[in-house]
Amino acid sequence: MAVRKGIESSLAIAEAAAACNVDCIAAYPITPQTHIVEHLSELVNDGELDAEFIPVESEHSAMSCCCGTAAAGARTFTATSSQGLALMHEIMFIAANLRLPIVMTVANRALSAPINIWNDHSDVMTERDCGWLQIFAENGQEATDLVPVCHRIAEDKRVLLPIMLNFDGFIVSHVVEPIEMLDRDEIATFLPDYEPQQRLDVDYPITMGPVGMPEVYTEAKMAHEAAVQNAYGPICEILDEFGKKFGRTYKPVETYKTEDADIVFVMMGATAETCMSWVDKVRETGKKVGIVRFRLWRPLPVAAFKEAVKGKKVLGIIDRHFSPGGPGGPVAQEVKYTLYGEKDAPKVVEVVAGLGGRDIDFDTFDNIFDRCQKVLDGGTVPPFELIQARGGHYGKI
Amino acid sequence: MEKFNVFASRLIPKEDYVCSGHRACQGCAEALAMRLVHKVLGRNTIAASATGCMEIISSPYPETAWAIPWLHVAFENSASVGSGIEAGLKALMRKGKIPKRKINVIAYGGDGATVDIGLQWVSGAMERGHNMIYVCYDNEAYMNTGIQRSSSTPLHAATTTSPAGKAIGGQQTWKKNMTEIMVAHNIPYVATINPSYPFDFMAKVKKAAEVDGPAYLHAYSCCPTGWGSRPDLGIQLGRLAVETGAFPLYEVEYGKYSVQEKIEEFRPLKDYVKLQRRFRHLTDEQIAASQERLIKEYKLLLKKEQMTREGD
Repeated sequence: MAVRKGIESSLAIAEAAAACNVDCIAAYPITPQTHIVEHLSELVNDGELDAEFIPVESEHSAMSCCCGTAAAGARTFTATSSQGLALMHEIMFIAANLRLPIVMTVANRALSAPINIWNDHSDVMTERDCGWLQIFAENGQEATDLVPVCHRIAEDKRVLLPIMLNFDGFIVSHVVEPIEMLDRDEIATFLPDYEPQQRLDVDYPITMGPVGMPEVYTEAKMAHEAAVQNAYGPICEILDEFGKKFGRTYKPVETYKTEDADIVFVMMGATAETCMSWVDKVRETGKKVGIVRFRLWRPLPVAAFKEAVKGKKVLGIIDRHFSPGGPGGPVAQEVKYTLYGEKDAPKVVEVVAGLGGRDIDFDTFDNIFDRCQKVLDGGTVPPFELIQARGGHYGKI
Repeated sequence: MEKFNVFASRLIPKEDYVCSGHRACQGCAEALAMRLVHKVLGRNTIAASATGCMEIISSPYPETAWAIPWLHVAFENSASVGSGIEAGLKALMRKGKIPKRKINVIAYGGDGATVDIGLQWVSGAMERGHNMIYVCYDNEAYMNTGIQRSSSTPLHAATTTSPAGKAIGGQQTWKKNMTEIMVAHNIPYVATINPSYPFDFMAKVKKAAEVDGPAYLHAYSCCPTGWGSRPDLGIQLGRLAVETGAFPLYEVEYGKYSVQEKIEEFRPLKDYVKLQRRFRHLTDEQIAASQERLIKEYKLLLKKEQMTREGD
């Protein structure tokens, strides 16, 4: 029977990984660290989880080691954050193209410099093109629930890709929440033992990671693209199955009070929870505003997103990362991609907020709402802005 | 075969697990060394290679020279990948998910992948005590990328990033002693191997496989392309490297040194360097100075053998 208790999200996530009966965990505590792998090593050393805990000498080595464990056929889990993820960068692409079903939780935090351990999405957005599946949780319960879901997705023979489970650093990772813990026996009925499609087996020797000459490289990339796109169906199926079994249903794109809204905010992660409270408050004053949240980021749920914003007038996009000298934030860029050429597409107001742990509060949402309202009233669409920066902002310095 | 620790020509297994038809240069002693390693380890072996010559020549998709399971991930991290394979097999066997049996896990790197960029990964995997073998194929420069110097390149050797210029003649630093760095890790078995001495080579590989815990092997690997030597001289150069003291053969078992092919009288270093274009610019004084330092280091090695074997 599932127990609901007050627990730090990181610990609940570690318990969820243990409930998945993972075989190997390779991890390194680069600053910033979470309690996920600390707790997993406790569980291993207390004999509560039968797994190899490999305390490697860097995050690069952690991902390298995970490639080895996953290629050997072991259910593999790791966790990282910020600089650690950046150091893994090289091996991220290789793990994806080797089609190794590694599950990695990422407590999203800012990249240096200046050194900053607090929450934004600059770490994960820099890894957008690495070929992993990417999913964003908004709270501790969701992050916990998505651990077995991620293992099911990654190990599904129609998918066989590594998956990154993102949640906001500190705001989710270090917060004590009431979380319904996952029961190990119940998880066992949802997540069967991992049966690798291919592994390093001395009885059936295979060559993994060969040289791809120009004659085959493009085809390898095409196969990878097809694998990521085709994962969408199994992802929806597995999320549904989890919902039916555990009573908590998660969809690739989440909407909140969008039915009658002209203005819709688009964001990812825990910001949406704060925003829901704000929406409830301002709706009392007659402001018709709703929220669309990407839960799934790779593959990008284009059709589901288009459906969610159909008929809306203005979208207010909140990005937690941006490309200096480029076209703004990644969420806004990709939203525009989904809308380009669409008839009666909503106008897009882009802001960048919540960098390096700067709080996004009700005032921030009021500010964004005002910008959207001006556009709704016929004003021109402004370029993207770092709305919380003191001392001037983009275009007005 | 398993009952003997001594190798002899008639007892060498005929099976190859690194098969012919790969794309190594003529006279590549590194490919020869890799072949010998796998003759000893046999079919119950999983290998992880670093990016480098041996990876490129053996796995141009859709071809492969590997008759055993093999994985390549990146340049610097084969030790860590190998440690993952070892840990994965251990967990799966303990949990009853795969049958229990002895499987050798071996990781490879060239000198650059071991001594320079991969030093951290090798150190980590050895320190954590994984039951695996790490082999460094030392051809004394980055041959795969076009003969650039590494910290394993010998003093004065000309490479494309330490050319024999008019002002500065070749590599300006002494070869990094990776074998001793591994000895300092206090692992059960460390040895230098050289395919010019195939029976010593194979006996050491066998010991490395049998030892419980990490083993490190440093393999001398003549590279005719990078060294500017004749492809038919690989075996001779390997012997000269030992006889001149440039690459002593020794092993360290649980801290105890033993030196093989002991030198009674040093061959002149000139006999070794004159066969290689990379040393063409050397003066007699430079050769003499290097020889002096090699002899000093060799004497130190003999002292270590004596010290660690006292009371045996």
